[in-house]
Amino acid sequence: MKRYLPWIALIAAASIPLWLHDPYILNAFITTGIFIIAAMSLNLLLGYTGQLNLGQVAFFGIGAYTSALVSLGFDVELIGGIRVVHEPWPVWTGLLIGIVVSAFCGYIVGKLSFRVRGAYFVIVTISFAEVVRLVALNWVELTQGPLALTSIPPVTLGLPGLGYYDFFSKQSYFYLVLGVLAISYIIISRLVNSRTGRAMVALKENESLAVSVGIDVTSYLVLAAVVSAGIAGAAGGLYAHYLKIIDPDVFLFLYTVTMVIMVVTGGKGTLAGPVVGGLIFGFIPVFSRSFVGPELQWIIYGVFMIVIVFVLPEGIVPAIEKWFASKDKSRMPESTQAQVQDAS
Amino acid sequence: MTEFLQHIVNMLILGSTYALLGIGLTLIFGIMRVVNFAHGELYAFGAYFVYFVSILLGLNFFLSILVAIVAGCLLGALIEVVLLRPMRGADIDTTMLIMIGAMIVMQNGEQYIWGGVAKSVNTPFPQAPLVIGSVSVSWLSVFVFFASLALIAASYLLINRTKLGKAMRATFQDRDTASLMGVNIQMIYMATFALGSSLAAAAGALLGPVYVISPQMGNIASLKAFAIVILGGLGSIGGATIGGFMLAFAEEIGAGYISSGYRDAMGFLIIIAVLLFKPTGLFARAERIG
Repeated sequence: MKRYLPWIALIAAASIPLWLHDPYILNAFITTGIFIIAAMSLNLLLGYTGQLNLGQVAFFGIGAYTSALVSLGFDVELIGGIRVVHEPWPVWTGLLIGIVVSAFCGYIVGKLSFRVRGAYFVIVTISFAEVVRLVALNWVELTQGPLALTSIPPVTLGLPGLGYYDFFSKQSYFYLVLGVLAISYIIISRLVNSRTGRAMVALKENESLAVSVGIDVTSYLVLAAVVSAGIAGAAGGLYAHYLKIIDPDVFLFLYTVTMVIMVVTGGKGTLAGPVVGGLIFGFIPVFSRSFVGPELQWIIYGVFMIVIVFVLPEGIVPAIEKWFASKDKSRMPESTQAQVQDAS
Repeated sequence: MTEFLQHIVNMLILGSTYALLGIGLTLIFGIMRVVNFAHGELYAFGAYFVYFVSILLGLNFFLSILVAIVAGCLLGALIEVVLLRPMRGADIDTTMLIMIGAMIVMQNGEQYIWGGVAKSVNTPFPQAPLVIGSVSVSWLSVFVFFASLALIAASYLLINRTKLGKAMRATFQDRDTASLMGVNIQMIYMATFALGSSLAAAAGALLGPVYVISPQMGNIASLKAFAIVILGGLGSIGGATIGGFMLAFAEEIGAGYISSGYRDAMGFLIIIAVLLFKPTGLFARAERIG
């Protein structure tokens, strides 16, 4: 049963646009889906390698800005009078380049910051995200600074001989996000269930022991960081082309915190955790916005986070799994008794 | 040259409050091993409390600063008892998540109570600045500088000359042994968090009236405090003091000679550079990376 659960969930999700016609709710599903992808990327590092990257939003934002800039084109003068002119490219190349650039940044940041652990790793990653935010804010020639990049083109996919397919409507964008989400889920599940994933878990549980049996810790961590950053970049690209406007606020620490809350609530180190947590926190604003303002909504998030850490430190998904396991166990004695009786 | 001297004067004023912020965090992080994301919010809380007490209740400016420091101390003790005490022994990530939750609640609480518009505080100091040669500095800033120095000296004496300070230092070095020697660890943790919080509130109470007070001011303050702690090494008051002045110097020079837009980037670049090239901090005594 458990094996088929992701497929059932996927089919159920794919049916949503068929019966749901409220554009507001559909919009909530799309943005929630994008944040679930980002939360999944964070979970790969936090849940499977145990490294809390509080600068994850940097990769999200880099993916968003890269994709937007590739498809909008830019004209900047670098130090030394070198002028770089870029003509607009098709949007799908922007999305791909956004993923590659994000992943490359993940490689650099991973290579550098995995020299330190624990609190120091957290602080280096936040610092990186803040530096990127300040660059996005101040390099006005490239990013328009606080004026934001506007009229970012929507996603179109050109198929040779078949013409263009565009993702203008909310329904089609929903399927695009769902597709990227499914691909990310498969990539992460393949990765964590492979030899590499076991090495990651080993170093999370006991790093010195993992090193002593010959696991090259840093290279596994960097690999995780690259995949994680690439997926976050994909989410960022989808975000930019969906909203069609993006400003330096995309790098705000609160977005990383949102991802962390989603992962911790759903259950870090589980594949389903970010999806469950993401759905909960993606839809709290939908229900709460009619009677509370944004500040109160954030206060609810903060309280929720504290309560979850106190009451359900493992998260929702592991708690449900444990509950099912204990139910199985309570049934066990009868069946074993029956077997014993049959045998005698 | 004139410009440079002006930057130095600004650096001294900013640095003295940064030092307060850094000392508070280095004590909390050093003794309790808690990554206190709420530190910046206590800084903002101190600033708002001065606004609240002096403008809304009409209390004397100097008294309101004192009240804000005491309020920061009480709030810190409350946070410690309610949020951190039940989680004693939890790993560093768990307490970090709790403090992030506390940070979000406090920041949005400030915005909810006092609104998103920046506030300013009237002070009894004359508007005309003090001019020495080519350098000018406001009287308020002079007061901030000396008040901060007094608080730095007071916390130094508290840690190095009192019985409580001795117990704190013992806990920093070896918690279990200190406990065996009859140190009440629970009390020390509460005192440490309360002291650190009151210093953060003091920094906010002093610096808030110099600039404007907004809910976002705590956001970057936490990270700046971390930059100072990383520069100065863990648990060292002297290190945090020097670290505070160094960060202020880097910001002033960066803003003055490179670009004012990148002023806040200086702290982050320092964090990245120090942790990558000299991860024990510039003045560290003890081994830190664990």
